[in-house]
Amino acid sequence: MAPPVSSAITLTINGEKHTLSVDHRTTLLDALRERLDLTGTKKGCDQGQCGACTVLLDGRRAVSCLQLAVAVEGREVTTVEGVAEGERLHPVQQAFLDLDGYQCGYCTPGQICSAVAVIEEHAAGWPSAVTDDVRPEAGPPPLSAEEIRERMSGNLCRCGAYVSIVQAVARAAAEAGAEAEVTEAVA
Amino acid sequence: MTTATAKATTAQGSVGTAHTRVEGRDKVTGTARYAGDLPFTELAYGWLVLSTVARGRIRSMETGPVLAMPGVLTVLHHQNAPRIDSDYIGRLGVPPDPSAALFQHDRVPHLGWPVALVVAETSEQAREAAEALVVHYEEKPHDTAFDGERPDVPSQDTEEKGDLEAELAASAVVVDARYTTPEEHHHPMEPHAATARWEGGRLDVVDSDQGTAWVAEELAKLFSLEPSAVRVRSEHVGGAFGSKGARAHQVAAVMAATALQRPVRVVLTRRQMFSITGYRSPTSQRIRLGADADGRLRALEHRSVNLTSTVFEFVEPCAGVSRVMYDAAAHHTSNEVVRLDVPTPTWMRAPGEAPGSFALESALDELAERCGIDPIELRVRNEPELGPVSGLPFSTRRLTDCFREGARRFGWAERDPRPGLRREGRWLLGTGTAAASFPSGAAPSTAAVTAQADGTFTVRIAAADIGTGARTAITLVAADALEVAPDRVRVRIGDSDFGPAMIAGGSMGTRSWSWAVAVAARELRERLALGGGVPPEGVTVRSDTSEAVRALAQKERHSFGAQFAEVAVDVTTGEVRVRRMLGIFAAGRIVNPLTARSQFIGGMIWGISMALHEEAVRDRASGGHVGADLAGYHVATQADVPLVEADWVDDPDPDDPVGIKGVGEIGIVGAAAAIANAVWHATGVRHRSLPIRPDRVLAAAEGAPDA
Amino acid sequence: MREFGYQRASDVAGAVALLGADPDARFLGGGTNLVDLMKTGVERPARLVDVRELPLDGIESTKDGGLRIGATVTNSDLAAHPEVRRRYPALTQAVLSGASGQLRNMATVGGNLLQRTRCGYFADVTKPCNKRVPGSGCPAIEGDHHNHAILGASQHCVAVHPSDMGVALAAFDAVVSYETTDGPGELALADFYLPVGDTPHRETALPPGALITAVTLPPAPVAARSRYRKVRERASYAFAIGSVAAALEVRDGVVREARLALGAVASRPWRARTAERELTGARADGESFAAAADAELAAAKPLSHNGYKVTLMRNLMVAVLSELVEEASR
Repeated sequence: MAPPVSSAITLTINGEKHTLSVDHRTTLLDALRERLDLTGTKKGCDQGQCGACTVLLDGRRAVSCLQLAVAVEGREVTTVEGVAEGERLHPVQQAFLDLDGYQCGYCTPGQICSAVAVIEEHAAGWPSAVTDDVRPEAGPPPLSAEEIRERMSGNLCRCGAYVSIVQAVARAAAEAGAEAEVTEAVA
Repeated sequence: MTTATAKATTAQGSVGTAHTRVEGRDKVTGTARYAGDLPFTELAYGWLVLSTVARGRIRSMETGPVLAMPGVLTVLHHQNAPRIDSDYIGRLGVPPDPSAALFQHDRVPHLGWPVALVVAETSEQAREAAEALVVHYEEKPHDTAFDGERPDVPSQDTEEKGDLEAELAASAVVVDARYTTPEEHHHPMEPHAATARWEGGRLDVVDSDQGTAWVAEELAKLFSLEPSAVRVRSEHVGGAFGSKGARAHQVAAVMAATALQRPVRVVLTRRQMFSITGYRSPTSQRIRLGADADGRLRALEHRSVNLTSTVFEFVEPCAGVSRVMYDAAAHHTSNEVVRLDVPTPTWMRAPGEAPGSFALESALDELAERCGIDPIELRVRNEPELGPVSGLPFSTRRLTDCFREGARRFGWAERDPRPGLRREGRWLLGTGTAAASFPSGAAPSTAAVTAQADGTFTVRIAAADIGTGARTAITLVAADALEVAPDRVRVRIGDSDFGPAMIAGGSMGTRSWSWAVAVAARELRERLALGGGVPPEGVTVRSDTSEAVRALAQKERHSFGAQFAEVAVDVTTGEVRVRRMLGIFAAGRIVNPLTARSQFIGGMIWGISMALHEEAVRDRASGGHVGADLAGYHVATQADVPLVEADWVDDPDPDDPVGIKGVGEIGIVGAAAAIANAVWHATGVRHRSLPIRPDRVLAAAEGAPDA
Repeated sequence: MREFGYQRASDVAGAVALLGADPDARFLGGGTNLVDLMKTGVERPARLVDVRELPLDGIESTKDGGLRIGATVTNSDLAAHPEVRRRYPALTQAVLSGASGQLRNMATVGGNLLQRTRCGYFADVTKPCNKRVPGSGCPAIEGDHHNHAILGASQHCVAVHPSDMGVALAAFDAVVSYETTDGPGELALADFYLPVGDTPHRETALPPGALITAVTLPPAPVAARSRYRKVRERASYAFAIGSVAAALEVRDGVVREARLALGAVASRPWRARTAERELTGARADGESFAAAADAELAAAKPLSHNGYKVTLMRNLMVAVLSELVEEASR
C-alpha cells in the first residue's frame, strides 16, 4: 500500500501555534507563504543558494526552502514578521532602516533574520571561517567588519547593499553588547 | 492638464537631504508585498515547461497523462493557446521579446524556449506535472559557440572619421588588444512573477516589472485588448536591472487566467531565469589606440561584436562609450552581432557602457603604461571639448574634477606606477583607476498630484521603485515643489492606471518622473496659493512632460565618474580580493544622498562581481547552460565586498527642472576596468578576459604573459 | 518532485527497519542536499525516513583520547565544539569554510559525507551523466570541467566530491560507523568512498539501507596543530576549486609526522599518502614540501581546462605546510 503523501503538522510560528495539513513536498517556505500568508519570507532561488528565505528554526537561522514543512512538526519558527517587539522594531531592523541596509528589499527579511542569529552566534563564542585562531583558548574574536562579512555571506544581495548591511549589523551588535567594529562610510 | 517647461527651481530643503526610504518600515518588517506575495482566492499555479533542445521543432506532446495527474487544470501549448499579435513596435522602440510571443508555433530557436504551461491547484502539483510532461522534438544541429570572430549581420552601427591606418602609422605608441566579457545575467533576488485575473471585465495583472504602464501596453497589444482593459500593478519590485519587462511569465499567466477564468500565478524558477529573462551578451572587443609620445590620441578604434538569437537582433552597444569619452583625428567605432541558437540578450545594467568601458578603460591604462604617463594625467590630456562623434557640446562634463577629488581621497599621488612591487604576506597589492560615463536622459511621463482637505498630498505616477529609492526621491521632489514637509506627501506608484510614464531604466526613471511630478506639484501649489481652500474631493493637477522633453536641446548629456580600486592578488592560488574602492561621480543633482549613495555603491559592487565572478557557462554539446543556478553562477557575496565608498561633485543638469541626471547605472561603468588595472599594477599581468578567475590568474603566473 | 511518503524515526533500529531494503526510500537528515536534488529531479524517492531527531547528536571523547561524533550533529555544532577546536582545529576550519551559517545549522555530519557532487551535468536531468544515469555518458570530459577531478578519475566520470569537512576527516583517519538491519558495521574513511572506475553511480561502500550513526576520530596529537585552506571562485559561500587539510609535527627542523588531504581534486576527499611518506623524516622547508607535493601530484591527469589545479594544489600544499611551520615557531 502506498504511504500517505500528506500529513497534519503542528508548529509554532512567531509564538503562535498553527495546525495544518501539508503535502509532504511542501517546504517550510511554501507553507509560510502559500498556506499561512506569511509572505515576508522570500523565495529567491528555492535551492539554498541565496538566503532570502532565512528564518529562525528553534532559534537558529536556517533556509526554509530546503526544509520540508512536514519535518518541522513540533518546532518553533521565527520569521521576519516575528522579529519586532510589537510596534518597536528590533535593533537590527532599525539599523537596516536608518543606514539604508537594503535597496529593493527582497533579500532584506532573510538578511535581518540572519543578522539576528549572527549576533547570537557570536555571543555564544562561535568562530567563523575568517577567525584566525579557532581554538577555544583564543577566545571569541571581536565582531570586526571582516567577521560580519563572512558570517553574513549566506545572504546574497544583488542590489549590492553589502556595505551598509555590515554597518547595520555592527551597530545592532554593539547595541547588544558585542565588541563590534562600527564603521561609517567616510564619503 | 498643464504643459511642462524646463525651469531651474530653488531648493526647498528636502531635495538634497538624506531621507530614509518611505517604505522602509514595510521592507524591514516583511509587510511589503511583492508580486508573488498577494493572496487570491481560487488561485491556480502555472509552471512553464522549457525546451530541452537548442534547435528544432516540437513534434508532439503527451498531454494526456499530465492532464490526469492530481490537481492539474490545463496544459497550454502551441496547439491550443490563443493567438497573439507580436507584430508591433513598443513604447521603447523595439518589438516584443520573441519569448513573450508564447506558444504561437512549433519552432524551437534555443534551449530553454517555453513550449508549454501546466496549471494546477498547487505549485507542488504544477511542478511535478510540468516535469512529467513528455515533449518529442525533431532536433536539428545547433551552433551556440561565440568566438567574436565572424559577425554575420552587416553592422548598422558604425561611425568613422579620419584615416585610421595613417594615424596609427604616425603614432609614437600603439595599443592593439582584444578584450572579452562573458555572458552575464541580471539575477534580481526576486524571480519574475505575475498573477493574472479578470476582474470586472478588465485584465488585472499583479507583476514584478520596471514599468506598469509599459507592460500593460505590451499586454494590451499582444492580446489585442483596449489599453483601458488592462491594469498592471507592481508596488514593490525585488530588483530588475533591465530584465523585467513583458516576458513569458505574464503572457502565460494571462493566457491561463483567460482559459480557466480564475486567477493564475506564474513564478519563474531561478534556472528558468537563465533562458527566458534576457542576459548580457558576451562581447569581444578590439581596441586600437594610437598616440603621440605625450599620450595625446591620434587614433581610436573600438569594434565590438556580441551575439544575438536567431529571432531577434539585440546589439550590446559597447563602442558607444568611445563616442563620448575620447576624441582622435581618426575615430572608428562599430557594434556588430553574430546570430546563434541562443536566447535573446537584453539590456542589463549599463548596457554597452559596462562591457565597453572595461575594454576602453583597460586600453587607456595600457597606453598610460607604454607612454610612461600617469593614467589620470593621460585622461586629462585627452578630455574632448565636444562630443567626439556628434560634435555637440556637453551639457556638463566634470570628469576631471571627479578624478582630482578621487585622487586626493584615494591617495593616488603616493602611488608608484611600477607593477609587481608591493607585497603583504602572500598578497601582491596594486591600485587602478578608470573613467566612467553613462547617458543622461529624460522621457515623457504623466503625473497627478492631489491636495486633500486634511492638508496632505497624494502623488500618483506609474513609476517603479525597483530598489532605486524612486518612491522616496519623488516624495522629496514633490515636497519641495509643494513647499511642504515630506511627511505630508504620500506617493503612489506601480499602477498602470496612473497613466503613461517612463520605465525604471536607462538611469532615466527618477529624472523623468520627478520632472512630471515637479511640474504638477508646482502648478498645484500656485493654484492653492490663489486661496479658496481645498474641497472635500481634493484638488488634482495633472502633468504631461511630452512636449517639454521633446523640446530639450540636442547636447551630449551624460553623467561622469572616476573609479579607484585597490586589490590584493595571491598569484600562487589565483585569488583576487578587492580591498577598497572609491567612486567620485558627477551625476546631476543628488535628490536623496542616502539612497543615491546606495545606488552608486551597488553599481560599483556589480563592477566587482563582473570583474571577478560572473560568467554563465554554455555547453556546446547541448547548447544550454551548465551550472544554471546561484551556486554555479557566482555573484559577489558579502565577503567579496570591502569598504566601498561613493561620493559626488556638484553637477546639476541645467536643463532639468530638478537638476537630475540619473544615478542607476554609472556606478558599474569603469569599475571592472579599475579592478583589472589594479590587478595589473599588483602583478604585472594584463587580464583582458573577464572574469579574472583563479584559473586565469594561475595560467598567467605559469608563463602566459597576458591572460 | 513526485509525491512521497514521510516517516519519522525515533531510534536507530527503528530507522533502519523503516527504510528496509526499499531502493526508493531515503534517509532525510538536514535535507540541504537531498531536498535540493529532489527539486531538480535528480533524486525521486517514494519515501523519506527522517532521522534528524535520532539521539545521535552528541560529541564525546573516546577512552583513547579521540572523539566520537554523532551522525546527526549539525555542521555548526561540530565546528563550535571546544574539543574539536582544541584537538582538530582543521576540522572546525573546514566545516566553517563550507556553505553558509544557515546551511551549517541544518546540515548533519552523516549527510555531509553522503552529499553528491556539484557537477553541473549531474545536477541537470536534461543532460547525460554516468553518475545519474549509468551508461549515458560524461559530457564534462569534453565540456565544462574547469572544476573537475585531476586525481583518481576515470573516462566515465570526472566529478569531484564537494565536502570540506570530509577532507579534514580524511586527514585524521576518521572511521564511519553505521547500522543495518543485520547489525552495526564500520568503515575507515579511506575505504568509505569507492573508486570511480566504470561505476561512478556507486559512491560508497555502505551496505544497502545502512544508516551512518557516527564518525570517530582516533587520537592524533599532530592534529592539534592543523590547518584547512580553501580556494574558491569567490571569498565565501562557494564550493572549493582546491583545498588542503594539513597537520605537521616538526622536531629539530625535521618532519616527524605529517597529515595531508586534498579537496576538490577527486571523487572523494583525497588523502595525500604519497606526500606524507615523502615528508616524514624530511627537512621542514619549502623545498621538501614542494618535492612532496610534486610526488603526490605525479599521478595527476588533468583535462584540457583544469590543469591549473595541479599548480594550485602544489602551491597550496606548500603554503599550508609552511604556515604550520611558521605557526609552530611563534
